[in-house]
Amino acid sequence: MALAKRIIPCLDVDNGRVVKGVQFVDIRDAGDPVEVARRYNAEGADEITFLDITASSGNRDTILHVVEQVAGEVFIPLTVGGGIRKTEDIRRLLNAGADKVGINTAAVHNPDFVREASERFGSQCIVVSIDAKRVSAAGEPLRWEIFTHGGRKGTGIDAIEWAKRMVDYGAGEILLTSMDRDGTKSGFDLELTRTISDVTNVPVIASGGVGTLDHLVDGVKKGNADAVLAASIFHFGEYTVGEAKRYMADHGIVMRL
Amino acid sequence: MSSIAVIDYGMGNLHSISKALQHVAGDAQIIVTADRQQILEADRVVFPGVGAIRDTMTELARLQLNEVVIEAARTRPFLGICLGMQALLDSSEENGGIDCLGLIPGQVRYFGDNLKDPQTNSTLKIPHMGWNQVTPSRPHPLWHGIERDHWFYFVHSYFVDPANPDHCAAEADYPSPFAAAIAQDKMVAVQFHPEKSHDSGMTLLGNFTRWNGEV
Repeated sequence: MALAKRIIPCLDVDNGRVVKGVQFVDIRDAGDPVEVARRYNAEGADEITFLDITASSGNRDTILHVVEQVAGEVFIPLTVGGGIRKTEDIRRLLNAGADKVGINTAAVHNPDFVREASERFGSQCIVVSIDAKRVSAAGEPLRWEIFTHGGRKGTGIDAIEWAKRMVDYGAGEILLTSMDRDGTKSGFDLELTRTISDVTNVPVIASGGVGTLDHLVDGVKKGNADAVLAASIFHFGEYTVGEAKRYMADHGIVMRL
Repeated sequence: MSSIAVIDYGMGNLHSISKALQHVAGDAQIIVTADRQQILEADRVVFPGVGAIRDTMTELARLQLNEVVIEAARTRPFLGICLGMQALLDSSEENGGIDCLGLIPGQVRYFGDNLKDPQTNSTLKIPHMGWNQVTPSRPHPLWHGIERDHWFYFVHSYFVDPANPDHCAAEADYPSPFAAAIAQDKMVAVQFHPEKSHDSGMTLLGNFTRWNGEV
C-alpha cells in the first residue's frame, strides 16, 4: 500500500463556461462546468481544479456559484485558482465549498500574501501556481523563469528559487505549468517537473502539454510528479479519466482504481 | 427525526462535511453549531477540523467547548475528523507541543522530514496529501461495506499514536503503518476526510448516520 498518484482534470472557466485555449488563444467551448465536473467525478477523478479566467471582475461571483453547486454533489477535493488577491477572496471560496485555492500572480506581487494565507487558513489549502518558461539558450544549463498574467508577463524570477521560497512561506502544494508546453499536446516539460519536485518537499502537480496517456505516465515516472493535471484530452472525449488511470496503473503507478 | 450536530468552532469551512452528511443522512437534521445545548441535544455529533492544533485548542477553550466535546464523545455516536481526531489525544508535537483533550491516551507525532519510500528510496513529501488505502484493524459498524483496502483522502503532517494499540481501529502506511482511525465505545475518529473520499467516504458517513453507538 502507498499513497496513490493523482489525476486532476482542470476546467478553465470563463464567465461560467468551460473553455480551453491553445497557449491562451483560440478558445473552444467545452461545456457547463457543473456537468463537466459531475462527469469527471463519475469517471474517478482524484480531484478537480477550476481555473477562473473570467477577465471582468464584475463576473467574479460566477465561479462561487459553480463551486457551490459542484461541492453539493461532488465529494472529492476541489481547487479553485485565478484572480485570488486577498484573504477575503480565499475565505469566500472556502465557504463556497473549495478545499484549496491556487495563488499565482498575487504571490509574485506580494509573497507575504502566501505566508498570511497559509497561517490563516492552513498550508493544506494553499496551492501556489507557478507558470514557468525556459529562458536558457541551447547549450546553457537549464533555467526557467516565472511568468504571470496567464503567461504574458515575465518577472525575471528564477523558477527553482521561487518554488523553494513559496514552500518556506507555507505553500502546501505546487501546481507547476510549463508555458512552453501548455496547449501543445507535446508532453510535460519533464526536466522542469523533476527539478522542482526534487528541490521541494511538498507535492508537485505537473501541468501543461498533455496530449497522450504516455505523457501522464512520464510526468510521474520521469518527472517525479505527485499528481498530473490535464484538460483538453478529457474535455473533448479523447480519453476518459478512468482510461487514463487504468493506463497509468498498467504502467506500474499506484493509482486509486 | 434524528439530528446530527457538526461542532463549529471557527476552524475552516464546514460546508463540505455538512453537505456530505446531508447527502447520506436521509431525513436527519444537520445542525452546524457551537452551542453547548444544541450539541448535547443532538443524537450524533461530528467534530471536524482543519488547520493547526494550537488554533484548534485555543478556539475550543475560548468557546468553552472542551467539556462539551468530551461529554458528547462519551455519551452518543461521535465522529472526529482530521484535527478533530488529533485533538482527542493527550498532546500534539505540533506548534512546539500543545496539550489536547486527553480523551484517548497517546500523542500526536510529526511524520519527519526525511521519510523515504522503502521500495524506490525516493523522498516522501510532507504533508501526506492524497488518496491512501485504509485497512481496518478490527471489525466495527463504521466499516460496513468498506472492510478492506478502500481509498480515502488524507491531508496531514502529524499522525495519532495511541498509547493503547487497542484504540487503533484502522491503519494506513506512510511508509510505516499509522492509525488512520481510532475507536473507543461510542467514539470513532478518522485521520482522513470522509467528506472528500468519494464513494468510500459516503459509505462511512452513511454508516455513522445509522450507527446506534454499539460495537
